Amino acid sequence: MAKRIDDFIIKENRKINNDFFILELSGNNYLPVLKPGQFVQVKVEDSPETFLRRPLSIHDVDYDKNTISLLVQIAGKGTRRLSKLKPGEILNIIYPLGNSFSLPPENSDILLIGGGCGVAPLLFLGKYLKSNGYKPSILIGFRNSDRIIEYDEYAAIGKVYLTTEDGSRGEKGFVTDHSVLKEHRFDNISCCGPASMMKAVDGYCSANGIPCEVSLENLMACGFGVCLCCVVSTVSGNLCTCIDGPVFNIKDLKW
Amino acid sequence: MVNLGFSIGKLRFKNPVITASGTFGYGSEFDDFIDVSVLGGIILKGTTMEPREGNAYPRMSETPAGMLNAVGLQNKGIDFFEKNIYPKVSGYDTNVIVNINGSYIEDYIALAERVNKLDKIPAIELNISCPNVKMGGMAFGTNPDSAREVIKEVRKVYSKILIVKLSPNVTNIVDFARIAEEEGADSVSLINTLLGMSVNIKTMKPSLSTITGGLSGPAVKPVALRMVWQVARAVQIPVIGLGGIMSTNDAIEFFLAGASAIEVGTASFIDPQISVKIIDGISDYLADKGFSDIRDITGLINR
Repeated sequence: MAKRIDDFIIKENRKINNDFFILELSGNNYLPVLKPGQFVQVKVEDSPETFLRRPLSIHDVDYDKNTISLLVQIAGKGTRRLSKLKPGEILNIIYPLGNSFSLPPENSDILLIGGGCGVAPLLFLGKYLKSNGYKPSILIGFRNSDRIIEYDEYAAIGKVYLTTEDGSRGEKGFVTDHSVLKEHRFDNISCCGPASMMKAVDGYCSANGIPCEVSLENLMACGFGVCLCCVVSTVSGNLCTCIDGPVFNIKDLKW
Repeated sequence: MVNLGFSIGKLRFKNPVITASGTFGYGSEFDDFIDVSVLGGIILKGTTMEPREGNAYPRMSETPAGMLNAVGLQNKGIDFFEKNIYPKVSGYDTNVIVNINGSYIEDYIALAERVNKLDKIPAIELNISCPNVKMGGMAFGTNPDSAREVIKEVRKVYSKILIVKLSPNVTNIVDFARIAEEEGADSVSLINTLLGMSVNIKTMKPSLSTITGGLSGPAVKPVALRMVWQVARAVQIPVIGLGGIMSTNDAIEFFLAGASAIEVGTASFIDPQISVKIIDGISDYLADKGFSDIRDITGLINR
């Protein structure tokens, strides 16, 4: 799929909580077909210490409105600047970048697992799976009840299992502690979240022989396979997260 | 109409904007964004005799006005290059230049011999300045004796245009430029990255797996410009300037300081179209200033 550099217009900047916000961007050109798991590289203007673009997962796509949504966590000066964007302002992005989650066999019992900012690509993935006739379930984990992101949006896709680290809502603990993983065997798992969480999910899936794909968020400079900074060690050697990923099958990863 | 063309030895460049090794892949990564053939030249990702996996992740750390990298010359080796990459890059209507690297002097010689046989590669950039490999690389380019030896030996076997890429991590870069010229290099390119480091205070560990890495981006531009100015006044061969060039204005500074051409590096990560924009920008600048030829402003501040 041809990559583009386009100026998008901020339609909405919606605060989720103190750390998260959602940018809804409207394209000047018609959107190409986008796939869940793909990401964009966002140029951050007026933030002198932000040198590189910021890679952000595609959180949601609305082809009728010609919009892309990005779920962003304030992690530093660049994302803080993005959090201040106002409707009507311009955001330059390079997109679509990276591969995508693969479509499991028909009628597969699919679980999407996400933690914190890692839920970002799972909304797009969940909606995509649902529109293709799947009935995915979703297991999401957050630090506490105040940090839960878009619960209702996920609930509209399928059954949601929830954990919080402090037990303030849902089951207490990490996603991998959730009882559903002991009581039910899913056919297929797709996962995105902190590396420690994805490694724990890898452990669970490997032990139970469940096919699993994870979406990595390695540090990168370019996003299109040139700088070779974002590599992950795989059975095929070092591969770039930006073009060979961000979605990898756990059986290929040596992490 | 302004003339942007220039030559290194007998090799003609349609314009003085070249993409820097390690920041432009093998060209095809940019096909969606630009017509690569519009460029004066492209310098391909550093190539070695054997495949290299490069350094462990993390390999990159953003800095104010720049970035540190510690990629460590990840590439699939010269055999793969000849078989799989050379046929593709041969289609570009621009000067396709191979950046060669080695751990031992024999590696450089063998690579130069191999690349010398490739019809569509009119030049090599001899990389004696990579800061991110344990053996070779910068070790050759920071010692005058070994720099002289590797350039001399490569010159013996390489009959086309030889560009030597110099390290800024030396006391006096002019000495190395003079050595390159004395040993028959056709041009020098400078600067490679500046050795730097960064510590992550959250994890209380170095930001890079290798602890130190190469700094690039606008942070290094004043240093690069100073070195280009020094070298351009000391040698007769054309000087290719690079280091933190993000815009036309940055490029113009290098020409005025003595560069015959420039390389665009890290900037391509942020704007993959920047190299082409700079070509257009140089034309506009020359026209605006009433010059008709890029060579008229090369080293203008030194006249």
